[in-house]
Amino acid sequence: MPILIELFLTFAKIGMFTFGGGYAMISLIENTCVENKKWITHDDMMTVTVIAESTPGPIAINCATYVGYKKGKLSGAIAATLGMVLPSFIIIFLISKFLNHFLEITWVANAFKGIKIAVGILIVDAAIKMFKKMKKASMQIAMLGFAVVSMVLINVFALNISSMVLMLVAALTGIIVFVVKNSTGKEHEEK
Amino acid sequence: MIYFDLFIGFLEVGLFSFGGAYAAIPLIRDVVMAHGWLDDEMLSYMIAISESTPGPIMVNMATYVGSEKGGLLGAAIATFAVVLPAFIIILLLMAVLNHFLQNGYVKAALSGLKPCIIGIILVTGIFMIVRNCGLMPRYSIDVLTTALTGLIALIYFGSRKALKKGLNPIALICLSAIVGVAVYSL
Repeated sequence: MPILIELFLTFAKIGMFTFGGGYAMISLIENTCVENKKWITHDDMMTVTVIAESTPGPIAINCATYVGYKKGKLSGAIAATLGMVLPSFIIIFLISKFLNHFLEITWVANAFKGIKIAVGILIVDAAIKMFKKMKKASMQIAMLGFAVVSMVLINVFALNISSMVLMLVAALTGIIVFVVKNSTGKEHEEK
Repeated sequence: MIYFDLFIGFLEVGLFSFGGAYAAIPLIRDVVMAHGWLDDEMLSYMIAISESTPGPIMVNMATYVGSEKGGLLGAAIATFAVVLPAFIIILLLMAVLNHFLQNGYVKAALSGLKPCIIGIILVTGIFMIVRNCGLMPRYSIDVLTTALTGLIALIYFGSRKALKKGLNPIALICLSAIVGVAVYSL
């Protein structure tokens, strides 16, 4: 199969089964693009997750563009992104035109209640997989702990703090640790 | 003109929404309200629709608002606008990525960011499950959902131990939709 068509169809499939936002999709992309098709490595996946989180726009689009570009340059990026968008575009367009009471249909609501369970599990699974492959030096553990504790507080007390703030702190901490290590390293060399 | 407004409005959403759809909802609310495209009730309904249908939530919202306000063309324009910034930013990044990733400061920032994002994703997932099961303070526990969550988690993680490949995420979503229809309809 030509790579462009394969990219389009693969991301259309991922787009069809992505419920509840980008985090749940990480498991789907990991399963398809890393484990089955081996288009990108696990490290690439971690990098694209970080990039997607740090850049604006839907995470799913960031990921599709990234993998598409890697496999087929600009046309690959277009094919993958189009594939990601098209299924939901068609579904939403039809719902907005013809199904005013979509969520009041009992079996739809029940199916979605079931899907919501799976979405939570997929997100936790994505995090566990990433944790297993994470470098576990003291700075990394400290940042993970910082993020977990902050996020729990934010959730429990419904604090109005964006996760972007946490990411900014983490990035700065990374840079500060690097600068301090470098300067003390140089002092050692000088001695 | 509505098409132009839709384009600019959703370009703004695509350009300034960091950290996924849930973080973007207040921004979308501002844009949609400022143009008077939807009222509060319609907006809540639209968010629920976007969550319950496949695909990126932000894209779903753009398609929905665009379609309500400008038909098929409106939907296409709004969707294109919300996707465009992310697409271009990733392309630009990819062009310089290898070079960029070799930079010591970038590497240092990433080494702090990676564990932080893993923590954010982990806690987001856990609280999604906890809320869904009604296990938050001042909520009442949804015993049926809690039991189903345990069962589905057991099947998902258990299948990985028992079989060579285990259940893939798409199979898990299909299974849980069927279980949802079967159990909650009783």
